[in-house]
Amino acid sequence: MHDRGPTPRGSAGGGFVSSSGTGTDEQVTVSDEAVAALVAAAEEGVDFERLQVAREGDGDEAVYHFETPAVTREELTESEFRDACSNNPEYVDNWWFFEGLERAPANRAFLRWLESGDAEDWDVPTRYDALREGIARSWGQVAVTVMLGAGGRRYELRHEDDVDTPLPELERREDPLAARELVKFDDRGRYRPLKTAPTLPTGWAFVGLDGRDCTHTLDLVYPATVANWHLEREGELDVNHWRETMERQTGIYGVIETWDRGEGHEHVEWVAGACCDDSQCLKRREWQYDDGTDLEAPGGEGEFPCREPCSLVVSAARKWTRLESEQPRTYEFELTPSEKDQIEAIIDAVADGRVDEIREADIYEGANRYRTRFLRAKRFDAGDLGGVPTDPEGEQTPTGEH
Amino acid sequence: MSQTLVIVAHGSHLNPESSTPTYDHADTIRAVGAFDEVRAGFWKEEPHVREVLRTVTADEVFVVPLFISEGYFTEEVIPRELRLEGWAEDAWESDGTSATSVTLTAADTGQRVHYCGPAGTHEAMTDVIVRRAESVTGDPDVGEGFGLAVVGHGTKRNENSAKAIQYHADRIREQGRFDEVRDLYMDEDPEVDDVTDFFESDDVVVVPLFVADGYHTQEDIPEDMDLTDDYRTGWDTPAEVDGKHIWYAGAVGTEALMADVIVERARDAGADVGDAVERVRERTRVAGDDSGVDSEVQTADD
Repeated sequence: MHDRGPTPRGSAGGGFVSSSGTGTDEQVTVSDEAVAALVAAAEEGVDFERLQVAREGDGDEAVYHFETPAVTREELTESEFRDACSNNPEYVDNWWFFEGLERAPANRAFLRWLESGDAEDWDVPTRYDALREGIARSWGQVAVTVMLGAGGRRYELRHEDDVDTPLPELERREDPLAARELVKFDDRGRYRPLKTAPTLPTGWAFVGLDGRDCTHTLDLVYPATVANWHLEREGELDVNHWRETMERQTGIYGVIETWDRGEGHEHVEWVAGACCDDSQCLKRREWQYDDGTDLEAPGGEGEFPCREPCSLVVSAARKWTRLESEQPRTYEFELTPSEKDQIEAIIDAVADGRVDEIREADIYEGANRYRTRFLRAKRFDAGDLGGVPTDPEGEQTPTGEH
Repeated sequence: MSQTLVIVAHGSHLNPESSTPTYDHADTIRAVGAFDEVRAGFWKEEPHVREVLRTVTADEVFVVPLFISEGYFTEEVIPRELRLEGWAEDAWESDGTSATSVTLTAADTGQRVHYCGPAGTHEAMTDVIVRRAESVTGDPDVGEGFGLAVVGHGTKRNENSAKAIQYHADRIREQGRFDEVRDLYMDEDPEVDDVTDFFESDDVVVVPLFVADGYHTQEDIPEDMDLTDDYRTGWDTPAEVDGKHIWYAGAVGTEALMADVIVERARDAGADVGDAVERVRERTRVAGDDSGVDSEVQTADD
């Protein structure tokens, strides 16, 4: 789930099988559209990743200059210039892909990052050799592989747990919009209200996407993550911390700001620890208590940032604001040491989402169902732990609202 | 010039179907190609309203709230979360159902945002309610011998909520198509629970003005109207209640023609939609007529 840097397919990922097999001999061909665009761009001059193109003069007088580290051609007619483009397809294709096609700056930056990470130190032949092998990177739980196919770069997206699964065993998709339904439920069939929860379902593959469809698909799997990642890289991410976010809330959420009572921010540590840990959300939490007060809870290691408490945190915080307005009381129960351990084990199992993993007959697990039913049979009386009423004087009714 | 439509809806943390009508209408609008990009943003899902604008590339964006009435969400929450500079509650100069649009700048992205009134109060919404009645009865000419109940949530906190319901009920009544038309509410009088008390007609179509099917439209209202004792066992359409036939339509927002209202909202705000209104109407035509969705190439974004 974390950045492992660009990995040639078949190395770190281990036997990454794709529609085109491991590695291709795909030769790059340059489209007429790309050549025409470069002819037009020559007027202003091009200098991109050691492709240098220029034009002097106009009309019949025009002469072109075409240069890469391997060839230098000067005083070219337009026709000769077009030939030079066709004879050096990788440099021209590379320029066309990153500079010629219209892309949002965030998407362009993302597509470059996919190939070379932050190093940006590949020359064009190295880049294209790597593309022939296929380059895989993770974005959240999605493994994105870029490779060369007919028409240039092609992208394949699948769950990172599926990188070794033969393609025919996966549900093939080509339309980015299919991602909406695909990511709605986890592998257990449960609704995913948080798209960046680490519960992305497995079993699918988007294949043969172009660059635009690749970023579009990712924006439906993990909305706005590329945009915010790019803003962060540009030093322009607009982080809204806890306090300002809660002060902004109105309506039924207006109550949350009363939870901040100027008595520290431990409650926000608990919220962040509960909701924003990498085990719960793949975004890297960048918001803090306020501008001058960082939280100690880990923000996570994710590639893309979280810029403010999300709607799930806000909803939960509303509930906690109400619950936390109650005063603690002293209750007296009798428990054996093992029963106390067991209650702790049950809480841990629920909090860590392990309940379904505990085997039916594993009575060594405190959170085993039979163990828990035994505890309830022994220690509950009319629904009360130890037969102790929750609210003996009827002063306070625990809120049961949703 | 690049033209983008953003549909803003409530969404849900709990109900997976809440976003479905929004996506369906976005797909219909995308298919007729009136906008370069069509996207959806949500209050309870992602992309959140607060971050949806940064996911579109256009400098000019038409934002249509897929909400039933003017009020808290359309006047307070959405403009705040979109960071519309200079927004004020009276910016639409609305009487409660007459909001059109206002053009403001989003503070974070700098985009020009044409912020439209909610889909639910547009006059074209009246047609969607009638279409919903046609869909549920399977009769494109339904009306004679039928009563129509337009059902709203109703909330005493927001008088505009009931105004929107009354507005459409009045318009349908004026058409003279149905024998009787009533506006009914979940939370206030006249209550939907007593639906059969309000009609003489033997057949009554009940159309709830909700954007998506969920707890209210699929559990609450069917049980309150005695269509069923237990929503989980379902109900008949029509269902027999107190000797009358109740044709319960479910959320009006799931009706395909709803896409038309969204396009009209954007058009009214200055979007150049060409013949998209006619084409959406064509694609979403009539119950029982399957000429609706075709496989036309989709060219723009969600």
